[in-house]
Amino acid sequence: MDYSIKIGGEAGQGIQTIGETLSKVFSSAGYHVFTHQDYESRIRGGHNFFQIRFSEKSVMASRDKIDIIVAFDKASIEQHERELSEYGQIIYDSSTLKQKYEKSYFLDIPFTELAVKHGKNKIMANTVAIGAVHGMLGMELDILIKIIKDTFIKKGEDIIKANIDSAIAGHDYAIKQCLKCSFATAPFTKPKMLIAGNDAIGLGAIASGCKFYAAYPMTPSTGIMLYISSKAKEYGIIVEQAEDEISAINMALGASFAGVRAMTGSSGGGFALMVEGLSLAAMTETPIVIALAQRPGPATGFPTRTEQAELQFALYTAHGEFPRVIFAPGTPEQAFYLTNKAFDIAEKYQIPVLILTDQYLADSQWTYDNFDISKIKYIDYRLRGDALKSLKEYKRHAFTNNGITPLAVLGDSKHLVVADSDEHDEEGHIIEDAETRVKMVDKRLFKKLPLIHKEIEPPLFYGHQNPEIVISGWGSTYGVMKEVVDELLSNWDIAMLHFSEIYPFPPTNKFNYLKVLKDAKITICIENNATGQFAKLMRTETGYSFNQLINKYDGRPFTIEFLMGEIDALIR
Amino acid sequence: MPSLDDYKGQDPAWCPGCGNFSILKAFKDAMVELSVEPFQLTVVSGIGQAGKFPHYIRCNTFNGLHGRTLPVATGIRLSNHEMLVIAVAGDGDCYGEGGNHLIHAMRRNINVKLFVHDNQIYGLTKGQASPTSMEGIITKNQPFGVLSEQLNPIALAVALDCSFVARGFAGDTEHLKWLIKEAINHKGFTLVDILQPCITFNKVNTFQWYRQRVYRIEAEYNPEDRIEAFKKSLEWGDRIPIGIIYKNNRPIYEEKIPVIKDIPLVRQPFDITRIEKTLKDFY
Ligand SMILES: Cc1ncc(C[n+]2csc(CCOP(=O)(O)OP(=O)(O)O)c2C)c(N)n1
Ligand code: SF4
Repeated sequence: MDYSIKIGGEAGQGIQTIGETLSKVFSSAGYHVFTHQDYESRIRGGHNFFQIRFSEKSVMASRDKIDIIVAFDKASIEQHERELSEYGQIIYDSSTLKQKYEKSYFLDIPFTELAVKHGKNKIMANTVAIGAVHGMLGMELDILIKIIKDTFIKKGEDIIKANIDSAIAGHDYAIKQCLKCSFATAPFTKPKMLIAGNDAIGLGAIASGCKFYAAYPMTPSTGIMLYISSKAKEYGIIVEQAEDEISAINMALGASFAGVRAMTGSSGGGFALMVEGLSLAAMTETPIVIALAQRPGPATGFPTRTEQAELQFALYTAHGEFPRVIFAPGTPEQAFYLTNKAFDIAEKYQIPVLILTDQYLADSQWTYDNFDISKIKYIDYRLRGDALKSLKEYKRHAFTNNGITPLAVLGDSKHLVVADSDEHDEEGHIIEDAETRVKMVDKRLFKKLPLIHKEIEPPLFYGHQNPEIVISGWGSTYGVMKEVVDELLSNWDIAMLHFSEIYPFPPTNKFNYLKVLKDAKITICIENNATGQFAKLMRTETGYSFNQLINKYDGRPFTIEFLMGEIDALIR
Repeated sequence: MPSLDDYKGQDPAWCPGCGNFSILKAFKDAMVELSVEPFQLTVVSGIGQAGKFPHYIRCNTFNGLHGRTLPVATGIRLSNHEMLVIAVAGDGDCYGEGGNHLIHAMRRNINVKLFVHDNQIYGLTKGQASPTSMEGIITKNQPFGVLSEQLNPIALAVALDCSFVARGFAGDTEHLKWLIKEAINHKGFTLVDILQPCITFNKVNTFQWYRQRVYRIEAEYNPEDRIEAFKKSLEWGDRIPIGIIYKNNRPIYEEKIPVIKDIPLVRQPFDITRIEKTLKDFY
């Protein structure tokens, strides 16, 4: 069992709700689920889709071949009919599409009519469709009914009943009418958790004790702010919607300076405005975590689509020279743990740490058995309360062996805390002399760097142990690369290297990934950008050049079939 | 009880005779009279001659970026609303580079005290026009004279219903000290625009120029009347009023955030075990 469902329609038709409900049913049934979304930058109209893949085996990317298309607009048929798999089916409502399709794989289900008849409201058409998908798959409605009850508990019995009746109507109709449906689903097992990249970053921040998040909304980073605000009350977090991104990063720095863990997030254009603040964080040695959720540029580019083209921006942006750390999680799970690591490293070394994500990871959902809270690191590195009071003297930027001076909390003692964006002395006051300048650069940059470098983990190696072909990538291409390796392993000695801790560039002492690359015949770097930014970084940092590049920059993520085709063309 | 000595900072690098000196003196005197200990306050500033102010006193300090004083002050205050947070800015810094932040700080009504050293010129970058430069004033960078209309920060603040709006003058230190104390004692965001002659670059708005025009607002004036405040805010030219121009009792931002109702954010404990419960949302 490995099925893909695509729900397509105009913005405002509830595509996402249907997609999320079905994904929740599948994950509750214990299946592995992977979803991704494609939407236009508009609130109503246009054409959007929500794609779900589920299986009893692990899935981590989308396929091109679709088994069930739920079509709420004509574009869903025009654009996606050719994606239908051999036994695939398209369900639609001829009364809303105002068209009848005669081919054998079309199934006309009167969503609206059934909704009015059984749910007493045409809004229930979506629930009819969800029920119909259940019927086609031969799945009973138990899990869905429970989800309906949980979702509408506050709306009352009537709404619950209307939804359940509509789902049953769709389910029964599909069973009776879909004579060609030959889907079979695996037995239910233990429910799995289903989580998207942005929620995982938000959850990771909360689990790291983040208490202040300031941002200005910008797709696809907004989801992080939304998730954290949904938990603000429960966890005692201030989420401030700043007047602009310049303010957002400066507010977060103020909060961090005052003694709480703080974070901000944006996408390219908003991050561009934060750049001076990034240098400020470095100069004042104020810890901060910044989520940079990439979308295609330049400028506002493709607002709702995906790309990995801000690696070089993240690497080189901001003025002056200072240490920074860049993580690029490949999965929601990595996003969760790396966000925690980002907070830990930012606080420990008093530096800015960036989490590079993108629309594809931000919105796609994965299933897991669990996240392991015992792996979360929470150390309060700040000097506060009695520990601070007992000090005889305190200087915010005092020279130490490792370059780190504990950050004292203002007002907790008589000691004063002074920070300055200009070059400063140990106390934090403005200076202009050459000697102190050199010592401060050494403190901020050269002393901390080797320590930070030690914290960086090597890339993940997966596949054949002595590969002739190595594919490499970073960030959100993890899932598709892994699935492609699995597919190709039967015919080729292939492996992958996936980088999620990108900068400082991983050292080779924990695992010599350079040897793996050098020993292989063909090495390919796979990136969702036009110029191969990671391949360039690899060359700059290690001198190693990949043999081949595969770049996709149409604003859409890689799918398994597409990537297989590209790799195939290079290795044959 | 703090003494003036407790507030003694680095030696100022301002031009001898600069109006900034009297502001510094009025500020220190106000702190001592209010019995604020240096560790109980944080002064945030940006970049400019005024931006160097916190180095010339002793207290907690964040001297950040040009124009970004208010966001940093807001972040500090939200994290620790028991801290007295003072923002010091130049007119270029606050009305030019940071104009957007000023508007929104007034809207939020965060309890931060803003003191603007308004010398109607860019001092640190050697004499270009600022938003408060008067129309027609010739500078090296404005050879045809300033072509834009002079910004009226007081009228702007009254229009935005800013909680406390006042104008001070560096040449009247006693009155300025009183204003600083009033601002600190007021609950809400306060803008105190301080006329501060730049003796080096502003040859028009000199001490003498101001002395001829500045007058203390009459005792019977009611600063809680917004319409009167609008009228007062428009006085500029032959007579320039100093004192409290407008004030109201709008609730402050910090009090509206339930999260920090009982304890400041910075002192709230973090219990990681609760995450287990939150994870269940995803099943
Ligand atoms: C982003 C940025 N732009 C420009 C500058 C250069 N700069 C430093 S101070 C200043 C103007 C200062 O004028 P004002 O705020 O009126 O303060 P004053 O020096 O007159 O007290 C400028 C433009 C800077 N430091 N940062
Ligand atoms: S340049 Fe003007 S504002 Fe700056 S210190 Fe000199 S007199 Fe004061």
